[in-house]
Amino acid sequence: MNQNRYFSKEELLRYNRHIIIPDFGMEAQEKLKKASVLVVGAGGLGSPLLLYLAAAGVGHIGIVDCDVVEDSNLQRQVLFDVDEIGMLKTEAAKKRLEALNPFIKITVHHAQLTSHNALDIANDYDVLADGTDNFPTRYLVNDTCVLLGKVNVYASIFQFEGQVTVFNQINEKGERGPNYRDLFPLPPDPGSVPNCSEAGVLGVLPGIIGCLQALEVIKVITGVGETLNGRLYLFDALTFESRTFNIKKSVDNPLNGQNPTQTSLIDYEQFCGVKAIERKVKQITPKEFVKWQDQGVGVQLIDVREPHEYELVNIGSQLIPLGVIGDQASKIDLNKRVVIMCKSGMRSAKAIRLLEDKYGWANLYNMEGGILNYIDEMELDLPVY
Amino acid sequence: MPIVLIPTPLRRFTRNSSKVLVSGSVVSEIVDNLVLDYPEVQSHLLDSSGSIRQFINIFVDEDDIRNLHQLNTVVNIHSTISIVPAIAGGNLKN
Repeated sequence: MNQNRYFSKEELLRYNRHIIIPDFGMEAQEKLKKASVLVVGAGGLGSPLLLYLAAAGVGHIGIVDCDVVEDSNLQRQVLFDVDEIGMLKTEAAKKRLEALNPFIKITVHHAQLTSHNALDIANDYDVLADGTDNFPTRYLVNDTCVLLGKVNVYASIFQFEGQVTVFNQINEKGERGPNYRDLFPLPPDPGSVPNCSEAGVLGVLPGIIGCLQALEVIKVITGVGETLNGRLYLFDALTFESRTFNIKKSVDNPLNGQNPTQTSLIDYEQFCGVKAIERKVKQITPKEFVKWQDQGVGVQLIDVREPHEYELVNIGSQLIPLGVIGDQASKIDLNKRVVIMCKSGMRSAKAIRLLEDKYGWANLYNMEGGILNYIDEMELDLPVY
Repeated sequence: MPIVLIPTPLRRFTRNSSKVLVSGSVVSEIVDNLVLDYPEVQSHLLDSSGSIRQFINIFVDEDDIRNLHQLNTVVNIHSTISIVPAIAGGNLKN
């Protein structure tokens, strides 16, 4: 058998089905082995992405994540097993990927990606793959890639819908393609769009979208085929329709438009308004709330969760989901104390800030810890989720 | 009549329809008529000055109206208008 500069006999056997594809071959497989990819977020998207990149033979894979494996991850995060609940995701992922492919190197970064560490961490990698779950990190990953001149393979999901594209890639003419800020110049207002932990997601969707993301990473590295550079791919699992849109660079891009104004990373939580909404609201514990009821104090209890959550478990509250509370504020009784609740107290705090900002009302109280805390404190035998 | 494709986050304001038929010959008329039919869409689609929110893209067929004629982009009866908001999910926490 011929000796190969890059691959051992075992590796040649392992990658045989790649190598025999005429348009892929040994050349592309070598490129994969020489490449390094940083996967940001080992969650729903990160799971299939990491598994396929490792299986395909990407030589060096970095993983950034700061969470531990939880029961509720397993519905979609196929990288993890039941006996890994409670383990650091980075460590569990490393173990799984090393077992899958011993010929590659896995580096773990057990940290939250921040403006302080992003450039240092990302600098060691050729390509970044963004599978995070929030807008501040989306902009952080984007800006890091633009400032370092790296490609950002982007994927995102919501309930039944997924988006995939390739940002900041140089095309065959030597021109750099659009980035996240060209597509979405500003993030949504905090609380204006329900996030996935509130709205849920079909477990198989990140599987589909994460695989497409892995496909694009492999195409970026190998140069095989046409990537989604300059195009946004959308998948709707409900209608099984997919669409591809053209996206272009904007002259107003603050990083690399006509008059760039941003030359370093910024405070992304501030940029996305996350800090601004953290103004304190009046809190009430479940026990204090029950005491008010016992004392006959006039109290209106409003639940701002989604209808499907309310159906799962409720404590006789009035349902007005967060997304519509601004439009249905007339249902709020100004002559009573109004206690607003959700699952854990975050959305209800958002609702209170929204109503206080809009109407200046002072009779709103946040149920501390939401319905989960209520069930716990009052020792009720009700379902938790 | 042009078809407007509604993204998942806004479907709860369009009685769960993913596609709605809306009359109009330019994008601004489509937006106005959509909001007339589904008033709750307005605050999610437009800011207080009546402009399309910056985290929402509108495409006529395959192209972003920002690269065409913005809200004055012409549509015809066969056009598909897609509303595409930023979504951030991926590594979902609970």
